[in-house]
Amino acid sequence: MNTGSQLIKNNFRVEKLPHIWCPGCGHGILMRAVTEAIENLNLDKKKVCIVSGIGCSSRAPGYMDFNTLHTTHGRALAFATGIKLAKPELKVIVITGDGDCTAIGGNHLIHAARRNIDITTIVFNNNIYGMTGGQYSPTTPKNEFGTTAPFGNIDKAFDVCKLADGAGATYVARGTAYHVKQLIKLVEKGINNKGFSLIDAISICPTYYGRKNKKGLAVDMMNYLKDNAVDVKAVKKFQKEILEDKFVIGEFKNTTEPEYTDEYNKILEKVKHLHK
Amino acid sequence: MNKRQIKLMQGNEACVEGALAAGIKFYAGYPITPSTEIAELCAEKLPQVGGKFIQMEDEIAGIAATIGGSLTGLKSMTATSGPGFSLKQENIGYAALAEIPCVIVNVQRAGPSTGLPTAPSQGDIMQAKWGTHGDHPVIALSPTSVRETYDLTIKAFNFSEKYRTPVILLLDEIIGHMREKVEIPNSDEIEIIDRLKPSVEDADEYMAYKPKKGELVPPMAAFGEGFNFHVTGLMHDDFGFPTNDANISDQLLRRIMKKIDNNVNDITMYEEEFMEDAEFLVLAYGGTYRSARSAVKKARLLGYKVGLFKALTIWPFPEKRIREISNKIKKILVPEMNLGQYVLEVERVVKNESEVHHLGKVNGEAITPEEILSKIREVL
Amino acid sequence: MVISNTDKELKIIEKWCKGCGICVEFCPKDVLEVLDETIFIRDLENCIKCGFCELRCPDYAIYLEGDSNE
Repeated sequence: MNTGSQLIKNNFRVEKLPHIWCPGCGHGILMRAVTEAIENLNLDKKKVCIVSGIGCSSRAPGYMDFNTLHTTHGRALAFATGIKLAKPELKVIVITGDGDCTAIGGNHLIHAARRNIDITTIVFNNNIYGMTGGQYSPTTPKNEFGTTAPFGNIDKAFDVCKLADGAGATYVARGTAYHVKQLIKLVEKGINNKGFSLIDAISICPTYYGRKNKKGLAVDMMNYLKDNAVDVKAVKKFQKEILEDKFVIGEFKNTTEPEYTDEYNKILEKVKHLHK
Repeated sequence: MNKRQIKLMQGNEACVEGALAAGIKFYAGYPITPSTEIAELCAEKLPQVGGKFIQMEDEIAGIAATIGGSLTGLKSMTATSGPGFSLKQENIGYAALAEIPCVIVNVQRAGPSTGLPTAPSQGDIMQAKWGTHGDHPVIALSPTSVRETYDLTIKAFNFSEKYRTPVILLLDEIIGHMREKVEIPNSDEIEIIDRLKPSVEDADEYMAYKPKKGELVPPMAAFGEGFNFHVTGLMHDDFGFPTNDANISDQLLRRIMKKIDNNVNDITMYEEEFMEDAEFLVLAYGGTYRSARSAVKKARLLGYKVGLFKALTIWPFPEKRIREISNKIKKILVPEMNLGQYVLEVERVVKNESEVHHLGKVNGEAITPEEILSKIREVL
Repeated sequence: MVISNTDKELKIIEKWCKGCGICVEFCPKDVLEVLDETIFIRDLENCIKCGFCELRCPDYAIYLEGDSNE
């Protein structure tokens, strides 16, 4: 029985494939990209722990052959914080959606970033609540549509990267389901960053976001990513007006700050001497 | 048996000391009166035993991180009071279905809402059983003294490890904040139970949700040990992988319920006193119990044939014993700091074998022996 | 993992393919086609083994693999 490429056989619970995402959904591309990043870094699979919340994105860990945890809506980062602090040797990766991470999970996002705990968070950002059938989310662009924004979304969307940067994340980047090679590199650098890393991975949702907003088929949505993404390194070359309706991808922030579990280990050391 | 240590201790402190005796290595929580001393003491003491403490951004994150800690193999606890207990409900249900051992302490304060933050109450009794959505296994214990807080915290950890389930420890502000002399049992006197672990050989066919033949509690590996298993809050199969299958879902829920229902004798703890000639009974628990005991002793001096029942295990309700007692008891009085919660269980079980009366108090003050005594005179 | 490997061969798993057409769109050599909602290798000789299809297949239904091991 043919069970996929070497990458898939090595890293997936193949008997659980094919996954549940719709035809043309970008999440499968992102999940593979995350897996390829893990493979490229040849991490010890026994020590990789993937945590997710609730939503389309968050079904990913079930398919991935690691220590996997599918938690409650919005709470992946809080669960992951407990895992990382309790066992820092684990490489903790959070896979979450735009709604899961920035709506109900917003409080946990800004605090995990503020702590700069060594967790790599990949937001499968498809600008919609897919699992519940197409409601608009905190990243749905203004004036666009969702089943709960039948007259156009009046909310202003988050820039997830700026949000994470402002809260204290030390690695922040954005990739897309089209620019897969770049995304793999961004995830690798995020995993290698000893601190809180956030990668905003723009996905496509033809079934709801695409249909509701007349973005065409999966192929058209992929071409949109291809034609409207501008790499942060190239931004200066573009006049302002052109950038108006483009979006910027690439690495935005890569700094080093004290990492939470390292700081806690210093306390453990300090306390040990107290009790000699 | 060498001499036991004697200490003057606060209830909340005894909870932490008990947790340390039980082998706690992880605490995640959030400050809330009247439980904050538990967090403060864990912050100070856990690093000294190689354990870890984290103050999270809210109570939901508190229990989420606690569950995360437990998944790496550490005995984990969180503590809160009413408002936080309400926030934790969804993840308590998650820990019940995903069968993750952990201890949730609720130092009850007068509610609802912000209520009387520094005043005692027993108003979360039903919430402890029905707070989160859906049927799920529940174990809840409630101490009546600082020493019992120490003992029942150990019991809470033991039950959570033994049955792979969250256990709720119901204190109230009286028990949590009062100080009294406590005789600490020596470590060799204390029974410690650790979770059943899978053997290393079956690493690749390890099924995180398949108990051994005839058992109800599956062995539990820890993240990072080579058992790459999946944990989810969705209904799941023996591998832990999500399922919509009606049969599998039915079997899973009934199995986790049976973990408790089939072991009620092991889990249910209670004490009785003055029962020999008893025609009437006072049933009390937690912070109200000592007032009840004082009232019963006085009543007996006045010639009332009153017995006393102390419920230490709140859930599951000590159904068998209460039904037996009701055969020879005419009237039962249940004093509790709420408007009638645990009394409903007594009525459900006793039906019309005995008359059931309730003494409720919700103004933030403890129920006094005099109040219970006058109620005894009135109804018995 | 740079896919520059002449000994690799294009493989597909029909039952995993959901017919989304992304691989067809981004194959630089027009090797592929979706026939009754499943991927079909129309022109294997033109395949330059760039791997763009494998990179962007959401369902892992098309990939490059060495004939025996890898």
